[in-house]
Amino acid sequence: MLVLSNIEVMYLNVILVLKGVSLEVPEGKIIALLGANGAGKTTVLKAISGLLHTEEGEVTDGSIEFDGKRIDRMDPEGIVSMGIIQVMEGRRLFQHLTTEENLRIGGYSRHNGGDIKKDLDMIYHYFPKLKDLRNQTSGYLSGGEQQMLVVGRGIMSHPKVMLLDEPSLGLAPLVVQEIYEIVRQFNAEEGTSILLVEQNARAALSIAAYGYVMENGKVVLDGPADKLKENEDVREFYLGLSQVGEQKSYREVKHYKRRKRWLG
Amino acid sequence: MEEFLRYLTTGISLGLIYGLVALGFVLVYKSSRILNFAVGEFMLIGAYVAWTFRVLLHWPIPACFVMAIIAAIIMGWTIERVAIRPLIGQPILGVIMMTLALMVIIRGVVLLAWGAIGKAYNPPLFPGTAIHLGDIVIRQEYVWGLVVVVIMFIIFTYFFRFSRAGLAMRATSEDHQLARGTGIRVKTVFSQSWIICAIVASIAGVILASSQGVDIRLANVGLVAVAVVLVGGLESVPGAIVAGLIIGVAEQMAKGYIDPWVGGGMETVFAFGIAIISLLIWPYGLFGLRRIERI
Repeated sequence: MLVLSNIEVMYLNVILVLKGVSLEVPEGKIIALLGANGAGKTTVLKAISGLLHTEEGEVTDGSIEFDGKRIDRMDPEGIVSMGIIQVMEGRRLFQHLTTEENLRIGGYSRHNGGDIKKDLDMIYHYFPKLKDLRNQTSGYLSGGEQQMLVVGRGIMSHPKVMLLDEPSLGLAPLVVQEIYEIVRQFNAEEGTSILLVEQNARAALSIAAYGYVMENGKVVLDGPADKLKENEDVREFYLGLSQVGEQKSYREVKHYKRRKRWLG
Repeated sequence: MEEFLRYLTTGISLGLIYGLVALGFVLVYKSSRILNFAVGEFMLIGAYVAWTFRVLLHWPIPACFVMAIIAAIIMGWTIERVAIRPLIGQPILGVIMMTLALMVIIRGVVLLAWGAIGKAYNPPLFPGTAIHLGDIVIRQEYVWGLVVVVIMFIIFTYFFRFSRAGLAMRATSEDHQLARGTGIRVKTVFSQSWIICAIVASIAGVILASSQGVDIRLANVGLVAVAVVLVGGLESVPGAIVAGLIIGVAEQMAKGYIDPWVGGGMETVFAFGIAIISLLIWPYGLFGLRRIERI
């Protein structure tokens, strides 16, 4: 459905951020994209949603296709109306607007505004908390509530693919769990594909069907979520599950790093 | 007492016009964070166009308003497209300099097209008969001005609170990238806001000119509007109207009561005096958005 093949992204025509990333988001699945800070995860999302253009970035090689149509030259507004919405990290919302106004903006790309009310009810069904807060200025909501609002605003556009950027950032584990549960439920009920970017690998792999691991602008590892959870390197570097007390030798660093010496 | 009431009514009606011009200023600022210093010059276009159709061509009054509005739409659209859009993404200072340039250019165009000599509305735009309210005598232009401003105010409050386009404008004013990410065409929003600004300013220009005559100095109201906006808050529609009234009345009072002591000129100074004092007390303006800071 959404296919990235071998894309390269450059900022300001000099800084090469993505060096040939390929991934695929099949219909109705949750796909996790994991990696450390600066690996290029967010850039992948921005390349898909077209927001790269607002930051002097450009897809210089490869292609992004959605339902067989190339979208890597389109502007973000057009991509939104095709059904791809990015929920940006850091709980970006229109602070001075109320909760409900934020949600209504989320439905802006749908031109037959008639069923806004039905959509709002759907959001309040997923996030009952938001219903009580609907006339509050959104800038004063708590972090968890803001994250729910941001996800809800994304849902309002009835996307076919939702690009979810670090929904767990800076939230308490319980709130993270709550949000993930809702995301999973939304995916199961509406069948929307979700590309989930996370540093919190444990949370992401708990709901994802397939996962990709990025490092330095490249996908270094991918596989079904269960397999990734079993993978030694992922366990050690992303899930923090290493054998305690054993001495580490340099031979035991990430296997794909070792391999890199002759695979380049 | 009678004197006081006269200053008060003049102040209110002038204040509403300031409010209307300030409204235009606020609209552009709200959507694009651009301070449009050319708003006073937009008034000139409305005033001169309406004057041309009324006095030279003897068109009916509503048609003159319509022509002024059409001229404003063309002007707003063109200016946004030609002068402002190429500067998107450039430092905001550059855009502000551009509005200053527009100010000079529009003045120049008006001088070329209509000449430097002030023109009177003859026949007047509104019937000249005064309205008596008890002891107070109010000029009819002022009453019409009041009606128009109130209608505009209601329309814009409704527009921003409930309409799709209004909501998009408010969203755009907060975060351009996020607005684009939610599917709002930011450039269209800019264009709309400039057009609306031009319309509002033109109408204010027509009304003001109907009582003061059409003159290039009408544009000075644009600068008073900046003071009004500073007092009322840069993003606030109600703030523009309230602050417009405050400054309008204060100006007339200063003119009436202080001018005889200092030999004139208080009228122009007073608006900015108020703006400075109010900025010291309410840095965001009376109704401006307070920055939300999360700690």
